[in-house]
Amino acid sequence: MCTTCGCSKGAGTVITDPQTGERIETQAEAREPGSWRQLAGGASGTSVAAHLHARAHRHAHATHVHEHEGHEHSHDHVHEHIHTQGAVALNHPGAEHSPIATSEAAIAAATHGTTIALEQDVLAKNQLIAEHNRGWLASRHITALNLVSSPGAGKTTLLERTIRDLQDLHSTRAIQVIEGDQATLNDAERIRATGCRVVQINTGTGCHLDAGMVSRALEQLDPPPHAWLMIENVGNLVCPALFDLGEQAKVVILSVTEGEDKPLKYPHMFRASRLMLLNKIDLLPHLRFDVERCIAYARQVNPSIEVLQVSAETGAGMKAWYAWLEAVALVEVAETVR
Amino acid sequence: MHELSIANSVVELCAERAMGARVLRVTLEIGRLSAVMPDAIRFCFDVCAKDTVVEGAELEIVEMPGLARCLDCGGSVDMTDLLEHCACGSVNLELLAGSELKIKQMEVA
Repeated sequence: MCTTCGCSKGAGTVITDPQTGERIETQAEAREPGSWRQLAGGASGTSVAAHLHARAHRHAHATHVHEHEGHEHSHDHVHEHIHTQGAVALNHPGAEHSPIATSEAAIAAATHGTTIALEQDVLAKNQLIAEHNRGWLASRHITALNLVSSPGAGKTTLLERTIRDLQDLHSTRAIQVIEGDQATLNDAERIRATGCRVVQINTGTGCHLDAGMVSRALEQLDPPPHAWLMIENVGNLVCPALFDLGEQAKVVILSVTEGEDKPLKYPHMFRASRLMLLNKIDLLPHLRFDVERCIAYARQVNPSIEVLQVSAETGAGMKAWYAWLEAVALVEVAETVR
Repeated sequence: MHELSIANSVVELCAERAMGARVLRVTLEIGRLSAVMPDAIRFCFDVCAKDTVVEGAELEIVEMPGLARCLDCGGSVDMTDLLEHCACGSVNLELLAGSELKIKQMEVA
């Protein structure tokens, strides 16, 4: 476990559907037996040569040159065969170098180590699932928004008000919600009380939602075509900026009870967001919060960020937010048709 | 603390590609504007690598400088953080480099 923030890679994510009471637990560490989480030279009886032999072909897929103690050779052949552990087939077809050359390389590698070029984006896996989510949502003309803020900025209250108001306005689009919190079903229960379909993701000790969690929640939620999908992320202005969920846009909610310099303190989040909702403006008379300066800070890190001032409590400014939602949904449909 | 899940991904990806061999060294490229702290990655890396073929591997982190192009005057801007602005005063910048988060290479025994 991480001793800095309490994050734990061992803790699983739990997705709860309050409507059906169904709980889906995902163990973050669930892997097939014999997968990578075992020490090298383990009990499998595999020789070092077998490992090296398998690797020699593993990295032979790309054209490259590498050096082994005094000689240099290039692999520019493309063939795909993965040797099972222990099966050391030295006279395999398709290889351009002799078994002797391979064992020389193996000895050189064993003494010096072999460098394997990876050029792998660390977040690629999340990005791939996010794009999959995005495609699935687009196929149903669903407009997905990733709502991010620090804890207590009013995300859930904003959602409650939005859902009730749009119901009163007889909006033709449904709203469905994915709630993200480390623990409790409290927010899902609040959303459910409005009559809205909701699924709760509890990240355990994780500090953000990732695309895989949202993918599983989408399976459970199964939102109808043309809906708005509101994904309420874990209250955190840092980590959620890095993890694409497949949403159309991030909406950052900043309440006026926080510092007006939040955009400067957490520039990544404000840069990644399309809209900033400045919430709790009904409290402005009681606070020393400079709205203009706050907006200027937000535009300093993101010149194209849109800003709306609202109060989810009194309803002030909310009409502009609903108009924004409608506009984003129309763009979504137009882009899909195109 | 997204560094923990990132460090875990790094360990996972390296271990997968190592195919059972012991990993001696991992080289990461982390951009200055990537919102990922090299020190936090270092801290988490050893924790994540425990009981894997990556355990004990040396972690090398190459910090990549940030660079942007000014969309108003076309000048290039060295970015030490996201709050930089162009010499012309504009903050309308297109990031060209600095958000890398990549496993460059690894060395296996």
